[in-house]
Parts: sequence; C-alpha cells; structure tokens
Amino acid sequence: MNSIKQLFQKKENNLLSIYFTCGYPKLEDTTKVIASLEKSGVDFIEVGLPYSDPLADGPTIQESSQKALENGINLDIVFDQLMTIKETNHTPLVLMGYLNQMLKYGEDKFCQKVVDCGIDTLIIPDLPMVEFENHYQELFDKYGLNNVFLITPHTSEERIRKIDSYTKAFIYVVASSSITGAKGEISNHQVAYFERIKAMNLKNKLIIGFGISDKSTFNTACQYANGAIIGSAFIKDLGENGVENINNFITPIIS
Amino acid sequence: MKSKFHPDKNGYFGQFGGAFIPELLYPNVKELADNYIQIIESEEFQTEYKSLLKDFVGRPTPLYLAKRLSEKYGATIYLKREDLNHTGAHKVNNTVGQILIAKKLGKTKIIAETGAGQHGVATATVCALMGLDCTVFMGEKDIVRQSPNVARMKMLGAKVVPATSGSKTLKDATNEAIRYWIQNPDTFYLIGSVVGPAPHPDMVARLQAIISEEMKWQLKEKTGKENPDTIIACVGGGSNAAGAFYHYLDDEEVELIAVEAAGLGVNSGESAATSQLGQVGVIHGSKTILMQDEYGQIVEPYSISAGLDYPGVGPLHAFLYESGRAKFMNATDKEALTAAYELTKMEGIIPALETAHALAVLPKMKFKKGQVVVINLSGRGDKDLEIFIKYLEE
Repeated sequence: MNSIKQLFQKKENNLLSIYFTCGYPKLEDTTKVIASLEKSGVDFIEVGLPYSDPLADGPTIQESSQKALENGINLDIVFDQLMTIKETNHTPLVLMGYLNQMLKYGEDKFCQKVVDCGIDTLIIPDLPMVEFENHYQELFDKYGLNNVFLITPHTSEERIRKIDSYTKAFIYVVASSSITGAKGEISNHQVAYFERIKAMNLKNKLIIGFGISDKSTFNTACQYANGAIIGSAFIKDLGENGVENINNFITPIIS
Repeated sequence: MKSKFHPDKNGYFGQFGGAFIPELLYPNVKELADNYIQIIESEEFQTEYKSLLKDFVGRPTPLYLAKRLSEKYGATIYLKREDLNHTGAHKVNNTVGQILIAKKLGKTKIIAETGAGQHGVATATVCALMGLDCTVFMGEKDIVRQSPNVARMKMLGAKVVPATSGSKTLKDATNEAIRYWIQNPDTFYLIGSVVGPAPHPDMVARLQAIISEEMKWQLKEKTGKENPDTIIACVGGGSNAAGAFYHYLDDEEVELIAVEAAGLGVNSGESAATSQLGQVGVIHGSKTILMQDEYGQIVEPYSISAGLDYPGVGPLHAFLYESGRAKFMNATDKEALTAAYELTKMEGIIPALETAHALAVLPKMKFKKGQVVVINLSGRGDKDLEIFIKYLEE
C-alpha cells in the first residue's frame, strides 16, 4: 500500500499538505524544511522540483524555483538530499515536477531514483490523461508509482469519473481556474464547485489546492474535501522568515 | 490522400507533437481540437478567409524573380513576397484565419504572444478589424528592441503586457500568455507559430499553407512547372517555413531548407540553432526538439532577431529534421546582417532580420545552372531599421 493510502487510513479528514520548492531559500534547505514541516505536524509534503518554465505556477512559486536554480539545485542534488532523510523522515512525500525534467533525465532513471528516495506518488501537471493512458501508466506501474491527476471547475463529470478510476493516491482538486497563488477568500462559486465534486461520491480522497493560504481558507476547504495543500503562502513566509520559523506558520493553521 | 506529414489523431508528427497541457487548459484545447478542421474546411470559412486575404491582406503576394541575386549566385532565385502583406509579414495569414475561428467559437477576448512584434501587430490588426479585445504578451527585452511594433500594437488598441521572467524574450512571453489563458479560460489564445499544444501547430500550418498554394500556380505560370528545386525559409518556431513547405512536403524531389539563427555561432553559447543544440523534450505544450540542459531546464536562446530567439521548433519541423525531409542550416547574426544589406542594395528590398537568415545561406550553397530556388521573404525590415543602421555605422 502506498504511503498516502496508509496515511488516509490513519487520518481521514483535515489533512494539511505543504508545498515547498527544493533548494529554496538556500541550496541545503530541502531536508531542513522537510524535517521542520514534519515536526510542525504537517500530514504530507509536496516536494517541488524547481523548473525554468513552470506553466501552472504563479509568480511566488516561479520566483522560488528561479532562486533555487540560481542556488545550483538540480535533480541529482534533490535526489541526494532526499536520500539522506529517507530513514529519519516519516511524513509521506509527494514529488511535483514538470514532464520535461523526467523526459530529459531519463524516464526509467527518474522513476527508479524517486522509488529509491522512498517516494511513491507524483504530481506532473503537464502530463495529460491521454499520455498517461498511452504510455505512463505502464511505466509508473512498473515502479509502483502513483500519478495524481488534477481536476478543475471545468473538468467534465465523465472525465472526473475516469480520473477517479485511474487514481491510487488522491485527486487534486484545483480550487479555481487559476495558476497557483493566494486569492484570499473562497467564493460562493468555488463552494458550489466543491459541493458538486463532494456529491459525486468518488472512491478517492479529495485534496484541494491552489489559493489555499491560511487557517480560514484551509478550514473552508476541509469542509468539502479530506484536506488541502498550501503552497505559495508558505513559500512567501519561508522567503521572509526563514526555515527556523516554519512552526510559526504551520501551528496557527492546524491548531 | 493522407500525408505522413499530417498529424495523427493525438496531434503527433512522428514522435513529436501532442498536447502536454495542465488539466486547466484541457477544455479550451479540446474545444478547438473538436472544431478547427470542420471550421477551416467549411465553405463559409473559406469564402470569408479568402476574401479577407485578397482584399484586406493583399494576396496573392508576388513571386518575384530576383535577377541580380540570381546572377550573383548562379541560380534562378524567386522571392515569395510575404513582406508585401498588410502589416508587413506572413503572420497576418494566420491571424486572419484564427480570428475567424475564434468568432465561430464565440470568443470575444483574444490573447497572443509575440517576439519580433509582427505576430502581435497582426493580431492587434485583426482584433481591431473584428472589434475584439486584444492583449499581447511580449518579452521586456523584445519591447525595447522592437519598439516600432509596440507602438503599432498600441495604436491598434491592443494592451501590451511585458514578460519579465527568464530571458524576457519570446519563450517567456509564451509562458505568460499560457498562464493568462489558464486564469482566463474564456479567452482565445491566438498563437503565432506552428508551436504549442495540438491542434495549434496543425491549425497554424493550414492557415499559412496559402503561401505554398500560391507558389504552385505562380511557379507554373513563370516556369511551366509547379515545383521548384529548392525552397528556403527561416525557422524560429517555424510558421513561415511551414507555410512555404506545406504543399511540397510530399514532393520529395523538392529540397526543403530550414534556416535557424546561430546567433554568435552555433557553439558560442549564444545561439538559437535548436536542431543542432537541442534534444527531444516538451515545451509550451508539445513534444519537440528544444534547447535544454542535462536536467531538462530550458536553455535561454540568443539571436539578434527577436522572432528567431526561441529555444524550440514546432513539432512538424522536429519531424522534418529527424526524418531528413528538410535540411537544417543556420546563419549567424553577422551573416544575416550582411545578407540583409546585400538584398537591400541588389534588389531594393529591406528584409526583416528573421528573413535575412534565410538569405544568408545563399553563399554557403552550390547551385546547378538553372536551379529554381524560392526564398520565402517572410517579412519586411522596417521594424529592424535601428539595428541595421547601427550595423552600417559599425
């Protein structure tokens, strides 16, 4: 059973996931951020692979990626860093990156490294379902990896049902038609969309992301899903207050 | 007859193409994929498209025999005068077609990306013509080096949004346009080249195919044969080359030459010669050949020409390269400038810097006596005057 499914068996609701960018704010911060997030009580962690041209990310995450790349981060360093905490980290990790990184690194080599680091779940936002069906499903099955699909307010019911059938970890419910980044409040339109998805009684757990930034938006999201992911707001805080103050960001959200 | 150079049902040319897009864009791209061929092939579209091409754009563009150039290089050199199109480049063929498709799909807001500004101007022009809202993304660096076109876009009523990330050029303008599109799914992304997720590369190639369609009958009139021996066109994303090659792709006896920008030299670290420096990867929604490092980070390209300053080529071109159907050559900044100056002096035509790259391979080629060569003169050089003058002064 994958690490996320095991987590869901222990805890079904109010799951908090935090996205962070590897190698940000400093090259060596990757493992420190993970350790600190674990200590703060985060349920699972989305490990972001910095990319030069991240289409689905907003300015905050894009800038953190740019800084991390300037710091000298690359896939080999990320995998080396993750290997060093494989035994000590007990919080499930989900790896988020763009398809070109995997293609260029070598698909098999990439998957093997991910597995070696103790990670079993991937989010690749520019990997469409048709490509998954035609090629990547077989590759991921070979390595025991799970692919997380995103759904949006415009994804049809038929497509959502299909995604549900392919999913083995969780469905990433994108909160609005948007790139990543805090929007403040959750609107009535968004709530109607969350209710619509909840009413579909999908077999997989739902985690809401994009635009979740604080306790208020996290709590609202958790009313309609099993949990939520905070990304840009955390990256912003990390950039301003540093790794040593991660607890101060997390505690008010989960308390 | 189905050509092997047409995409398959998933938008692939060989191993290249596809639609690698975030789920957020899926509905937009699917809507277009489900409808574009039916729209383009409809009598209603063809009537309106051809009418606008004739009376608004000024087509057919002449196929001009460049006598002095022919004499110098020992071939029969024709120039397909896309520079004489309204707005000054081939780009308008595509924007006229896409704006009609956008209207058919009921879209009222248009976005576009632009490098040299020619696509931005062509998009702003058709938006003005149709009374549609227009936003153009342009790299901050390109805004400076192509200021006449920025002024034209603004006069035409477009909002020009600077792209400030990365190299601040065409790649980044495309990223910004796609991000905006994600956040505003009701907009129509009027893409400027044969790049992007399927069906964009095929749609743009079909709309630019008017270039080779005209070449066929014009050559027949002038030479008695529809087919030239050689066609030369510059390639950034590759829309003018796709248009010039389109009706000749299956005529294997016609030599197709695509010319990329070598910048300061292919191996100088300051280049945009994708076929020489790139590997298979995914950029802006399609699998193609692109310049990248060993970890898949996209390498920032360089060329003096803003329209060729792009780290990838369209998937059709990647397939033409891999299959050997087209020969890929390149020209440096200096060679392009020299070629532009030569055409100006010998034929009285100031070409765009992009087009000058196509002209710059003439001295590198050996021609048989009477060899018929068509160079797609993709745009005019007014926008590049400042750079040309600086070079002349040097």
